[in-house]
Amino acid sequence: MLKESKSFTNLRLHSSQRILMLDGAMGTMIQNENLTEEDYRGNQFTQHSNDLKGNNDILSISQPDLIKKIHRQYLDSGADIILTNTFNATSISQADYATEDMVPQINFESAKIAKEVALDCSEDNKPRFVAGSIGPTNKTTSISPDVTDPGYRAIDFKELRDSYKQQALALINGGVDIFILETIFDTLNAKAGLSALFETFRECGNIFPIMISGTITDLSGRTLTGQTPEAFFYSMRHANPFSIGLNCALGAAHMRPYISELSRGVDTRICAYPNAGLPNEFGEYDETAETTAEHIGEWADSGLLNIVGGCCGTTPEHMLAISEAIIGKPPRKIPSFDPKLKLSGLEPLAIEA
Amino acid sequence: MKGIFINIGERTNVTGSARFRKLIESGDYESAVEVARHQVENGAQIIDVNMDEGMLDSEYAMTRFLRMIAAEPDVARVPIMIDSSKWSVIEAGLQNVQGKAIVNSISLKEGENLFIEQAHKIKEYGAATVVMAFDEKGQAETAKHKYEICSRAFSLLTDKVGFLPEDIIFDPNIFAVATGISEHNDYALSFIEATRLIKDSFPHCHVSGGLSNLSFSFRGNEPVRRAMHSAFLFHAKKAGMNMGIVNAGQLDLYENIPEELLESVEDVLLNRRSDATDRLIEIAESFKGQSTKNKQKDLLWREKPTSERISYALIHGINEFIIQDTEELRLISSRALDVIEGPLMDGMNEVGDLFGAGKMFLPQVVKSARVMKQAVGHLIPFMESERESGENKKLHAGKILLATVKGDVHDIGKNIVGVVLQCNDYEVIDLGVMVTASKILDIAQKEKVDAIGLSGLITPSLEEMCHVADEMTREGFEIPLLIGGATTSRLHTAVKIDPSYSNLVVHVPDASKAVGVVNDLLSEERRPDFSKKLIESYNKLRKTHSKGQESRSLISISDARANCFIPDDNFTHLITPNEPGQHKFNNYPLEKLVDFIDWSPFFRTWDLVGKYPDILQDKSLSHAATQLFTDATTMLEKIVNEEWFNPSGVISIWPANKINEDDIAVYSDQERRETIGIFHMLRQQMSRGKERQNLSLADFIAPKTSNTLDWIGGFIVTIGNEPDLWAKKFEAKNDDYNAIMVKALGDRLAEAFAEHLHQHVRQDIWGYAKDENLDNDSLIKEKYLGIRPAPGYPACPDHTEKQTLFELLSAENNVGARLTENFAMYPASTVSGLYFAHPESHYFGLGKIGLDQVKDYAKRKNMPLKDAERWLAPNLGYKPIES
Repeated sequence: MLKESKSFTNLRLHSSQRILMLDGAMGTMIQNENLTEEDYRGNQFTQHSNDLKGNNDILSISQPDLIKKIHRQYLDSGADIILTNTFNATSISQADYATEDMVPQINFESAKIAKEVALDCSEDNKPRFVAGSIGPTNKTTSISPDVTDPGYRAIDFKELRDSYKQQALALINGGVDIFILETIFDTLNAKAGLSALFETFRECGNIFPIMISGTITDLSGRTLTGQTPEAFFYSMRHANPFSIGLNCALGAAHMRPYISELSRGVDTRICAYPNAGLPNEFGEYDETAETTAEHIGEWADSGLLNIVGGCCGTTPEHMLAISEAIIGKPPRKIPSFDPKLKLSGLEPLAIEA
Repeated sequence: MKGIFINIGERTNVTGSARFRKLIESGDYESAVEVARHQVENGAQIIDVNMDEGMLDSEYAMTRFLRMIAAEPDVARVPIMIDSSKWSVIEAGLQNVQGKAIVNSISLKEGENLFIEQAHKIKEYGAATVVMAFDEKGQAETAKHKYEICSRAFSLLTDKVGFLPEDIIFDPNIFAVATGISEHNDYALSFIEATRLIKDSFPHCHVSGGLSNLSFSFRGNEPVRRAMHSAFLFHAKKAGMNMGIVNAGQLDLYENIPEELLESVEDVLLNRRSDATDRLIEIAESFKGQSTKNKQKDLLWREKPTSERISYALIHGINEFIIQDTEELRLISSRALDVIEGPLMDGMNEVGDLFGAGKMFLPQVVKSARVMKQAVGHLIPFMESERESGENKKLHAGKILLATVKGDVHDIGKNIVGVVLQCNDYEVIDLGVMVTASKILDIAQKEKVDAIGLSGLITPSLEEMCHVADEMTREGFEIPLLIGGATTSRLHTAVKIDPSYSNLVVHVPDASKAVGVVNDLLSEERRPDFSKKLIESYNKLRKTHSKGQESRSLISISDARANCFIPDDNFTHLITPNEPGQHKFNNYPLEKLVDFIDWSPFFRTWDLVGKYPDILQDKSLSHAATQLFTDATTMLEKIVNEEWFNPSGVISIWPANKINEDDIAVYSDQERRETIGIFHMLRQQMSRGKERQNLSLADFIAPKTSNTLDWIGGFIVTIGNEPDLWAKKFEAKNDDYNAIMVKALGDRLAEAFAEHLHQHVRQDIWGYAKDENLDNDSLIKEKYLGIRPAPGYPACPDHTEKQTLFELLSAENNVGARLTENFAMYPASTVSGLYFAHPESHYFGLGKIGLDQVKDYAKRKNMPLKDAERWLAPNLGYKPIES
């Protein structure tokens, strides 16, 4: 039997006592810095063949102090868990910048600097955790990019699994406490991610907490690949996830019904980190910290939350307001259900024995 | 019905379906996807995909097919069963489904190590699995061996692999029976016995099996195969089998299997006699013969000339060929309209005649109407282009406007009337439900209709009908007004509505009378005679009614109160509820309600009057009733299996006492610190002998002055608005028959839910009748202790009291039900009421009441006297002063 990783028990303990806070958006904070191509290259990549501007994950190597500063701002605004700067750090996504070879190093360094700042800010009654961020990649295993051939796939399960495994190993070596599969728009991609994590855990002898966060792309209430929130949960249940929830695409106001749906049917922790509203016509998020916090406060009052954070457009200001809005409010009680065979296609099918 | 039986579609299987195999072999995956779609549309809740064929690259085929259906939301909505005997194919499947799938199957055939390794992988891919009762020694044949293998697999899966018990599905092997080999005689029985053993030991696991093997010996004899499958499932389900790979279209209703065949089939399945196989083989041929003969006879009508085929289809309600036949006729007619005016109308006239003569019944007529509508639907586009070229003239015998009045949501009866009128060549403008008087009049004027029909179910709708009649007088209408619906009556029409309208008002007691009435009204010849007779009969009715009014003597409310009811135990034996307070039931499983359905009112909805199940044997009605019942149970099965509806309910049991003689105060807590609501009740005022009291529902609750804490309950259950949504879908397909059916079933399920919850309250939540043991028949006859009247019932006719109930139970929030301005409940399939637990509580009718009580009642409710009089209009024992 595999052992639980060393911070697992501590994380479980604190999550039973209060609503835990994630950080806010990393991308938004980087964008606000208005970095140039030179900044992205730093000293390490002056000779690199392709443009690197926009490759945020590589900043963990070329601008580590900037990334550390952002982590620290979020820790100062109350985050219990910060996410590594590795959303696109797989060989598949890094191929856009011809930086596939850097994948182990990006993940290792990102985990290392996050852990360093987290340790620095930890106190006995407020330990800080680092979650290794695993993004969806820019390819999908469930949808054909070729409209004339719906059976075609640009990537298959095994390739994706191998790529995720490389990322996961480096993140463990860098010191993460948790894994978070986030912004899942294709559940089959996430299943490949889980498969990679299981293999990685076996190889390193430890089980890490897994947080799972899907994305309901619009008001249809479904993921990009068509699943309802509950069907999505059924597809992910075998991971025995530490938490399940939603992030991105929607602001708090629009995300609420789906979080509420999950909250009723999910027998693990609920984690939600919405965007700061919907983007305006310039693609900017202008929901104020007060507005976001008001929504989140109500969610906490309604007993929907175990873990909360912010996605696109949220800033340390938002997170501070949220932390004030949830302070002293108890975390959602995890319900238990009669055992049923919980299957899913795009829709859930629960079968009573 | 315990649990839902899950149908797993078997057609996307290259070993089972030659057609599917050919499509896959030829690489026609697009057509193969259609096979999957068809199965899901026909009710498969999971689809089994199997590509095990020697000449195929099965890994490729599995991958390709699953990727193709991922792009089809109609198909991909259901879970996939990945079916292969090759592990590599299973793994290819697992890598291509985003949902949680089922692997079919793994077994101990090649020992524990491989079994554990594969199970581990399945778990990591996030799938459930089927385990075959197959071990190193082979496929298990006896119940004991099957059970032993499954037990062993269970231990390995749960202990060594960490599989959840609910993710394990056992397949204890269904083998062919009646093969002539005596060792096979026990095969069906041993499956059933093994199922029972497995479910006893592992209650959270599931049992499944593939049915087609069973009847292998009777290939080519469909009736016998179907009977075998249905009878087998009947017994296996009872033992705990809850999933099966079946061709749902290949099953008969167990109840419909001919007795002789069923007996022989069950002799074989249950191995009841040594010569069972021989006997089944003996009679099998005759069933095969009969069925083909039937089929030949069934299709003989297809050889008649087209116009006769159309008549036949209309009279028999067969819509299978109607478009084809209609098109054939259109092509040889000069105008599309000729097809309607000729053969279609001829057929419908025949239907009308048969109906009029009592030889056809309402459900059959509605089916005929469906055929007619679909035929007309096909012709409309052609007629429109002809109209443009000016070839059309007036079409219909008359134009009738129908509406359910403002404040009321019930429309099944009205819809049936609409269909029947349409069958008889009338154009019907149906304005739906909750229609205001002004809209009715407005459209009537614009459309120049020939008559208006109003419908309503609740008593306040009677007042609204009077209002419409008043308005029609004011606006100078001259067309006849038709009145129908459950609370309407000939007497009320004569006494209250007719005087409000200066022209004819006709009460139509049921749908079958509608056509006759309208024919008479719109015929220049017959109208004078018809109206003369009507007016005479109304005058007579009014005269006897006013005589009755005068002779009826009421006692004063204070005398009535002095003669109130006091139970024998004087409230000394009250039972404190086990779980007082509010209880919510959301997404309540439909299958739990089915057994509580009271079918008799369902038949009444369709104008088939008789008690269920006797009505199915009734001399004149049995054919129509059985046909209707078969259609109803078929739809009901779909409703349950596919969860068409979404029942939810809320109940609460509150501390309560009788106060002010006739009111019931409801308290927030047992100390009675805060009154959270008051139910205002009314009391009988007829003069009674010494033996009988003047009752009020409040008498069934202990008075506050007695210092005894008593309790009252309230409930609201609803099926949701899904019946309406489904009805709309059917209507869009010109299928009124199913539209009416789905609403009628929604109503029945709502009532069944109320019955079921009441039982739960009596036995558990309140628990005052823990040891009650009643069958459905006794429930229908209300043989239980306590009652559940609702505002609007004869004992408490004031509908406005529902407001209090809905507020106390937060109806809108808890179950999404609300009240219209006239206190009809919306959605229509909603039932509410109060629970009285006292063993002596019983239903009664309030009868007429006096001005003294109404004044007092209005004061208690803080309501103007005039309003109280309006809501209590049918119960007033005096003539209120007109304003």
